[in-house]
Amino acid sequence: MSVTLEHFLTVSTLLFAIGLFVALSKRNAVAVLMGVELMLNASNLALVAFARLAETSLAITGHVFVVFVITVAAAEVAVALALAVAVYRNRETVDVDKVTSLRA
Amino acid sequence: MIEGAGPVAAFWGLSALTLLAAGGVVVSRNLFHAVLFLIVVFLGIAGFFLLLSADFLAMAQVIIYVGAIAVLILFAIVLTPRASRDNAETRMAPVALVAGVAVAGLLIPAILDAEWRTLSSAPALPVSDLGRELLGVWVLPFQLASVLLTAALVGAVVLVRSPREEREEIDEEERR
Repeated sequence: MSVTLEHFLTVSTLLFAIGLFVALSKRNAVAVLMGVELMLNASNLALVAFARLAETSLAITGHVFVVFVITVAAAEVAVALALAVAVYRNRETVDVDKVTSLRA
Repeated sequence: MIEGAGPVAAFWGLSALTLLAAGGVVVSRNLFHAVLFLIVVFLGIAGFFLLLSADFLAMAQVIIYVGAIAVLILFAIVLTPRASRDNAETRMAPVALVAGVAVAGLLIPAILDAEWRTLSSAPALPVSDLGRELLGVWVLPFQLASVLLTAALVGAVVLVRSPREEREEIDEEERR
């Protein structure tokens, strides 16, 4: 019994697909954001799996990239949640179907 | 390739935990429960990082995702009290389902079909190497990340300021 790179990539892909579904289908803006976080985590898992298991001379670069992804995800989540709170303050809802004032 | 009964069992256990918790994010009808499932996903990913001997990233994952991002999401939920919390789907849910299944259905056969050049013996990736890379080759992106974090912090503060606070500030400036 052994675990190969394909195993990790399959788990990562499934997690990404679930995250994509959550981000595209949920009605609450905060839930949409949770889907984005799931997708980012799935990509991080793939990057770390490549760094550890793939034949490359740049293995540590995978870890560096994960550090940057985590940083940007933290910045993104702070701004996005601030946006959700700002939208809520003006319209008393964070339902992405009801925030349609830009619709022609 | 990772061998040995312990790591293999850990892989399957973590896979089941992470994917079931991700499913919980989708199906739970309460937004708070969805966040709790999301925390389990984050912890499962941290476990995967440990399994892949990325110990620093595992700790960073726990501290930043579980400690900061999950708490931020909970804050956003409690700060929007009259918004619906049923975690419902929009009318486009079937389309989203097709998109998700298509991504998985296209990528997984491709992954299984590809000829990956993998290592038989794993390289050691110590944290000291990561630090040297970050402050060596990647020092410019590293600095840019700090600028980005500062800008995001200021932006978040500006966005969530209440109109009353803004008015008070303008009044104060006019008085001066």
